[in-house]
Order: sequence, then structure tokens, then C-alpha cells
Amino acid sequence: MNIADANYAIEGRTRIPSGCAISGIFQKDGKNVNGSKIVKSISVMHDRSNGLGGGFAGYGIYPQYKDLYAFHIFYNDIEAKKECEEFLDRNYDVVNLSKIPVRRSPKITDVPLIWRYFLRPHHTRLEESQLDEDEYTARGVMRINTTIRGAYVFSSGKNMGVFKALGYPEDVGEFYRLDEYEGHCWIAHGRYPTNTPGWWGGAHPFAMLDWSVVHNGEISSYDANRRYIEMFGYKCSLQTDTEVITYIVDYLCRKKKMTLLEMSQVIAAPFWSTISRMAPDEAKRRIYLRNAFSSLLITGPFSIILGFRNGIMALNDRLKLRSLVAAEKEKCVYVASEECAIRAIEPNVDNLFAPRGGEPVIAVLEGSENL
Amino acid sequence: MKKINAAGICFKELNQKIAQSTDKNIEIENCLGHRYIGAGLSGKNIKINGVPGNALGAYLVNGRIVVNGNAQDATGDTMDNGEIVIHGSCGDGVGYSMRGGKILIKGDVGYRAGIHMKAYKTKMPVLVIGGRAGSFLGEYQAGGLIIVLGLGTAAGMPIVHNFCGTGMHGGQMFLRTSKPPYAVPGQVLVKEASEDDMSVVEPHVRSFCKEFGREAEKILQDKFLVLTPNKKNPYREFYVYN
Amino acid sequence: MKNTLGYIFPTFTILRDKNKCVNCRICEKECANGVHIYDVKKHAMQSHDDMCVDCQRCVAICPEHALQVVVSQNTMRPNNNWASTQINEINLQASSSGVLLSSMGTPNDYPVYWDKMLINASQVTNPSIDPLREPMETRTFLGKKGVSIVRDKNGKIIDNLTPQLEMQLPILFSAMSYGSVSYNVHEALAKAAKALGTFYNTGEGGLHNDFKKYGDNTIVQVASGRFGVTKNYLEIGAAIEVKMGQGAKPGIGGHLPGSKIVGDIAKTRMIPEGTDAISPAPHHDIYSIEDLKQLVYSLKEATEYKKPVIVKVAAVHNIAAIASGIARTGADIIAIDGFRGGTGAAPTRMRDNFGIPIELALASVDRQLREEGIRDNISIIVSGSIRSSADAVKAIALGADAVSIATAALIALGCHLCRACHQGKCNWGIATQRPELVKRLDPDEGSQRLINLVTAWNLEIKEMMGAMGINSIEALRGNRLMLRGVGLNMKELEVLGIKHAGE
Repeated sequence: MNIADANYAIEGRTRIPSGCAISGIFQKDGKNVNGSKIVKSISVMHDRSNGLGGGFAGYGIYPQYKDLYAFHIFYNDIEAKKECEEFLDRNYDVVNLSKIPVRRSPKITDVPLIWRYFLRPHHTRLEESQLDEDEYTARGVMRINTTIRGAYVFSSGKNMGVFKALGYPEDVGEFYRLDEYEGHCWIAHGRYPTNTPGWWGGAHPFAMLDWSVVHNGEISSYDANRRYIEMFGYKCSLQTDTEVITYIVDYLCRKKKMTLLEMSQVIAAPFWSTISRMAPDEAKRRIYLRNAFSSLLITGPFSIILGFRNGIMALNDRLKLRSLVAAEKEKCVYVASEECAIRAIEPNVDNLFAPRGGEPVIAVLEGSENL
Repeated sequence: MKKINAAGICFKELNQKIAQSTDKNIEIENCLGHRYIGAGLSGKNIKINGVPGNALGAYLVNGRIVVNGNAQDATGDTMDNGEIVIHGSCGDGVGYSMRGGKILIKGDVGYRAGIHMKAYKTKMPVLVIGGRAGSFLGEYQAGGLIIVLGLGTAAGMPIVHNFCGTGMHGGQMFLRTSKPPYAVPGQVLVKEASEDDMSVVEPHVRSFCKEFGREAEKILQDKFLVLTPNKKNPYREFYVYN
Repeated sequence: MKNTLGYIFPTFTILRDKNKCVNCRICEKECANGVHIYDVKKHAMQSHDDMCVDCQRCVAICPEHALQVVVSQNTMRPNNNWASTQINEINLQASSSGVLLSSMGTPNDYPVYWDKMLINASQVTNPSIDPLREPMETRTFLGKKGVSIVRDKNGKIIDNLTPQLEMQLPILFSAMSYGSVSYNVHEALAKAAKALGTFYNTGEGGLHNDFKKYGDNTIVQVASGRFGVTKNYLEIGAAIEVKMGQGAKPGIGGHLPGSKIVGDIAKTRMIPEGTDAISPAPHHDIYSIEDLKQLVYSLKEATEYKKPVIVKVAAVHNIAAIASGIARTGADIIAIDGFRGGTGAAPTRMRDNFGIPIELALASVDRQLREEGIRDNISIIVSGSIRSSADAVKAIALGADAVSIATAALIALGCHLCRACHQGKCNWGIATQRPELVKRLDPDEGSQRLINLVTAWNLEIKEMMGAMGINSIEALRGNRLMLRGVGLNMKELEVLGIKHAGE
């Protein structure tokens, strides 16, 4: 495994704590929302970032390729691209590929090569591997990211994509021409790291298959979580909290087949004193979850927004040490670090509330099963 | 009355305009997340339409700030005097380390409201919450007065969340309910408010009702609990000299 | 002054302040070694320094504080290679042809890795937490995790974990057999374990009838001698520990001479009085790892799978591979005892030269189990000189689920580490069976001191957790980024899996 890659040397060598801004929009009826709306929302929280990272994830943005995996890849140079594409050609059917269109700007510098590929696992290879296509694809992404020098897959879901860079989120949104995309779900992040990572891959959201995570805070349980989750084939090479949170979500929901609610009851498990006040059956279940998955409890301040195939989830740590506000307007659900970020794009909401620590806000597409 | 349009300007510019205004009465339109409004301010009356950002009225020296809507986090942080009136709800950490003055909130507050509130000589901070409060209400309270009315909450339902009053070592907290909060620490006493206790609360309930158009008499007749530090069992560290 | 050849000057000298001494003769009464004697002719107390083991009993009990015990000033010519202990040991052996026997953990100058690790504190980017006023949880469950999710017919998750040990804090008492320590010690330990919500361990001497009522807080040990092991014994405890080894003397067994097998000791061990109690080195039904699996399952079957099974091993060179093997035998918990662990008696050369430090053993085992993806199969308890709550915190950060203490517990009960346990004349009533000495240890006072000690450690652990920004102990487990090394070489840092301070 080639972790001594220059990219990781910058981002993954030390832990870079960050404070940040997050925002999310979700249309329960699947109606499209223009990408400019999420850009506007996050830009109002400009003061929570310091310009060292911004990013977005959009769902429903590639309807014409909705059954194909959409890989978004950064390349340091042409050689990396060549090697990566050879890997892709061997293991996947690449149906379409192109540069991701950008709008050049003096505010976004040191731009790598940014490409996207619409693909599916090569059917013979898939059969030989005895894996389902999600696991096959996830492993392929990890392979590229850990062994192909200079290449980094930063988005790998179906009908969704991550757009991120070094810069203020509003500038990043402008750079990626998000006003040209429509999707039913958007999440956004502005980063405030305390060091200067030079590398785009470290910005949020962190994505793996259809999961994308934006995160505000710094978790104190990081190494306990990482050293546990790495037992199951994940490699936390970026040393960021967002990466480990995404893998934990993937593990509990995709591999252990937990619902989102159950997953939140593991990572934001309530205190023993709170559990003792629950009905006995429920208390027993919560004790079991907390004990069986004790190394996946996340301590320290966090607020996260998780995007996934059919919905969105927002969650705070159980002490609610970071701010998070949610609102609804007809079929649209909004979550953000600050109320102003919601009012900026929806001045009149039907209701507005602050979720409690450890209690998730979950919204899913109408007609889909609750994950 | 000076009107300032906050649309399209950053907080620094907005706050400069407020400071430079010779008219003491100011109305702000299109406020959207602008931070630090009224920070360290004295001698002005500000009305805000929109959503002010974090740290509204931090270190307020005197004067009045009224918000027609919700406020965000850290409102009234280390406020020394003056008045903040919110016609809506507030985020987390409202009145952190408040030393004097009054904050009146029509709706709910988030976590850690009134944390580290402290009185000093003649200064007496007062925080009145019309709705409900989140966890850690009055954490480390050292002085001053916190009043939670829980208006609009169904009878018997809690008006404060977990860990209420943890670390309290001064001041008083009044809750308009007959059901004590769960697991109040042993260092804090809970009892029904007596007539004497209620005389402390009355003027502030009246100003709240005046501000937000509610009926004071009815509210004052309801059962209130009062939380105070337990002098017989104060918080103390358990040390042995080494 | 029998032998000039092989004469060893007494290690300790009694200093008696003649101005303070009032000849009350309490020291004479109290010293089971016969050190102090009143000389009628001289009207003064005299000392037989050669009998003194420096147990500090007389120092503590003298009402005038007139006594000091010091290392004697008689000095052989200084020699870094041939220290006086080496010279004395040769003389002992030349005079006896015996194997040198010692007690308690090795006193030799090996590196203490606990003292070379520093802990992180949260600052600026992450808040620290106040344990006195905010929730801070040290509740710990020991047992096998790593199960698949099973749901009932309504789709709700059900608890399918194997039986767990629930402790209110991550500290338990290690095994000390009834026979190596006194009845009163066991009573103090049992009472304290119950009050604290943790566990103590019978050791290989069986479970005295009087203590069966503490069964819910007792771990019953099955050692190679199988003393006192019956179905009833297995069912009474909260868990069963198979003792494969002990840190102080890896690879060798135990031997309690027949002279000590009297009365209740014989009864509890279920052997005739006066017979030797020999615990062979290996369990003679375990010659390979699959045999251990067989023993583990035999215990589970006999107790209907209701009790977690612990396997206790000494920390040796290939401990990581051994632990991996144990994790696949069906055992629920592994207890690793480092080379500094204490003992009632062990050959000196074994105690001082065998085994490895627990810090390194723990780091290797935790790493190995995670690399193999089986860390979930088994919880880890470590012991072998856990001296303070800071050692405990560092152990948990390296990967332990809990720590167990023995020497620290005995010190709370009065032990002064004089290391003369093998003589059986412990003046504090701990490592002795003589009734007049045993009664000096008041079990109620003793248990209160143990409760005080562990409670204080738990408060300190909470404070340290708070400083790290952690409020539930599971978030500390294996959280190696909370540790940094100082004065460690690259290899030591690598084995411990931590960075150097400043990185």
C-alpha cells in the first residue's frame, strides 16, 4: 500500500482539527433544487470558515446516468491519470468520461486535473470477485486512493457528485459552476482548519459510494474509532474526522444493515443516566448497542450532515457542543449551522427548531424505504 | 430613528454604521447572520428585523436591543447591563457569564442558557425565557436570576431538558412547573416557591408580559419551583495534599 | 556469629532514638521476626538487625515514633558489576545449594514505560470537560462483542451478546490465593469489590465458604492444580478465570508447602492437611492451543454458557500470537500479567529475568488482534504493576479494556513491600496464616481503605478523561493519539504504536 504518496504526506501526516460551517437542503418529493441555492446558503456563514476548504455534494444531478457510478477524480499530473484510467478500464466499463467543467477564478489556485467517469463494474470481474457491486466499487476506490500515486477518487456514488476545493465555499461553488446543476439534495461545507493543508482532497464532504458527510467539530475519540473501523477493510489515510465518520456510517448501515436511527444510537449513544430512564425494553436495546459497538461511540463536539441515496440525516453529539438548526417549508427540509443560512434561501419557513444532542433529523424521499 | 439596510454588507461595516450613528435610535433591515451587533455598545436602542448572527449584544454596556424574530448563539455573552428582547427563540449559550441587565426571550432557548451567570454588587442579571430551555440550563450559575415560564407547554410536560442546574453555586432559578427537573444534583435544592420567592419573580414576569402581550396575573398564579445552591452540600473538590 | 565464611551483614539497621524510646516494648510484641528485645540488665531495647526485613511495622506502631529502619551502612567495595546483592546471593547459594526464592515483583532497574508516556489535553480546538459537574462515564463491560445484528419479528434489534461482566469502573482486583494471603485479606477484597461494583479474584486457593455470598463480585480461578474446583464453585462466581501463567513467574507453577496447608486452607482447597499444594507449570490437559479451547468449552458447558471465561497469561515474547490464539478459543476475556507482577513466592531468577513489560505486551496484543480483525472477540485486562490512575489511563489508551491491581491493593491494606512474604510472618497480617498476625488486619477497615483507593483512582481517571475531552471511557480505549513518548527510541515507539512528544 502506497501511503507515502505526496498527497497523503500533506493531509494525512498529522491531525488537522477544524471548525466549520455546514448546510443542507433536501426535497422530500424529489423536486430539483438549483445548486446556486446551496452556495447562497453556505456563503452567509462566511465567518465560520477561513478559506482553506469548501465543498458540496449534490444528489440527483446525473439523471441521465442514474444507474452508473459517477467517479470524480483529482489528478496531480497526466501520468497519474493514465495509470488510473488503465485501472478503471481493467475493472470497470467506463461509459462516459470528461473533464468536470469549471469557471476559472483567481480565488481558486493550484488547480489539479479534475475528471469524472460514469461507469459500472466489469461484469466478468464482478462475478469472479463474488462481491456485490457496491463492495466491488468501494474496494476499487480504496485501491486507487492508496496505491495510485497522484490520483484521488473523491466521489463515487450513483447519480450524485462531490465538488470541493481549496477556497471559500462560495468561491468553490462558483468555480464548479454549481448553478448549472439540479438535484433534490445538496450538502455543503466551509472549512476552518488550523494548519494549511495544500491538498484539495482534504476538503469536505468526504464521500464513499453514496454516502457524503460534512462535519463541524473535532472528535476526541478519533483514534479509538479509527483503530476499530480499520479492522473491517477501511483505511483512514486522511486522518480527518469526516473520513472516519463516513466509514463508520458505511459499516453500520451498509454492512451491519442498521437503520439510520440505530446508527445514530451507536455513534451518539445517550449517557447511562439517560438510558436508565427509558422503558426497560428500549433501555436493554440501547445498552446492547452501546456495549456491542462501544468503539464506535463518537465523543467530542460534532455536528454532521450525512447525504445518502434516498435522504439526508443531521446529527449532533449528545452534549450538543456545536450548533445545528433545522427547518421545513412544505416538502423541503433545511439544516444548517446557523439560522441565517436557512433564512437566506427560505425567509419564511413552516417551522424551525434546534435538534437535541444525539437525536437525528432524518428526511427521506417519499416512497423510498427508511434506510 | 436611523434606518440601516444590512443587505449586502458585512458585519464589520454594519457595526461601524451603528457606532457612528448620531441618532440613538436605530432600526436595521435585512439582517442576515450579521455577528457581534451591539457588542460592547452603550447608549443606543437598536431594533433588528431579520436574523442577527452570533454574539448579539456581547459585553453590552447599556442600551436596548430588540429582535423581531429569532437570535442565534452566544446572545448577551458577558453582558454587563442593558436589555435584550427577542421576539422569538434563541440558540445556545444565551447570557453566558451575564453580569447584569436583562434578557427577555419570548420563545425557547437552546443548550447552556444562563451558563456561568454571576451577580456583582448592585448588578443583578436576569434571564426570562417564555418557552422551554434545552440541556444544561444555568450550568455553573453563580448569581442572578433565571426564570423559565414554559408557556404553551402541555401540563406535566417538562420545560427544561437534561442536566438542569449542574454546577449551580449561587443565584436562583425559577421554573413554572410542579414537576422537578430530572436528576438535579445533590448540590442543588429544589422546592416550591414561597410568596417571598415569588416577590422576586413578579416584576420580571410583569415586564416579560408587557413586552410580549401576555397576562401576568394568570402566570403568577401558577405553581413555580425554585432552585438554589444547597449550602449544606456545596460543590467541592476532593483533594488530599501530596 | 556461627559462620565467618558466608557471613552476610544484615541488610537493615534499626535506629532507635534513645531520647524518645520509653521502653514500652510494643515493638517487641509486634515484630514476628523477633527483631526487638528488651534487655533487662541494660534497661533498654535491643535490636537483632539480622532478623529485620524492613516491613515498617515497628516504625508505624511505635507510639513515640522513635524507630527508623535504614539500609545498613556496612558497604562492600562499590562495584557496578558485582553489586552487593549479587555477592550475597552467591553466598546464600554456596551455604545452601538452594534455588533463591523471593516475593513480590522484581525490584530490578528495568525501564518503566508508563513513566515515559505523556497524555494529551484538549485545548482550543476541542473542549475539555469538567467531571464534577458534567456527565463522565467509566462504566465498563468485559466480554465478547463482535456479533451480527439479529432482529425479532418486529424488526427490532435484540441483545445477542454472550454474558458480560459489568463494572462501574475499569479497575478490578487481581488474583491472590487464599493461602498466599490471609482470610482477612480476602474478606476485605470481597467487601470492597461489592461496594465498588467491581470484582476480586479467588486465585488458585479456592473459594472459602464464608465468601460465597460475594459470588456476584467474585471471579473464580481454575488453575493447574484445580484446587477447590467443583461445579458449585464455577457457578457461584460471576466469571471463571483459567490461569495459564502469572507475570512474576512465567513458565513455572506454584508450590505451597504442606506446613501451610492447615485448617481452612486445606478445606478450601479440598486437599488433606499437611499435603503439599502443587500447581504444576502447565495445565496437564493443555499441551497445545486446541486443548485450551477444549478446556474453555468444558467450563462453559458445565455452567450452561452463563459465565464469561477469562484466560490469564503471563506477558512473554510471543504474547501477540498467543493472544490471537486465545481469542479464537471461545474465551471472552484475556488477562495479561506483565513481568513486574507480584507473587507470594517465586524463584528469584525467574522473577527478575523472565517475561516482558506489560506496556509493550499490551500494545502488541492490541495491535495484533486489530490487524487480524478479531479485537472484538475478546476484552483485555492488564496487570503487572499498575501503580496509579495515570498508569491505568495509559493502559486504556494503549488498548486495554480494564486494569487489575494486586500490589497496590495490598499496600492499601498495610503492605510495605518488604518482600519477605515467603517467610509467612507478615507483620501486617497479609501474607501469613498465623492467627495472631492475621487478626491485625481488620477486614472492615481494610475494605474501606480499598474502597477509598479505588474511588480516588476513579475520580482521577475521570479528571484525566475530562482533560482529554472524553466523557465515556470507551472513547479512550485504544486511542493512542492521546499518548506521546518521551525518551523512547524508535523501536520502542513503534512497538507501543505511539508518536514521540512534539510530533
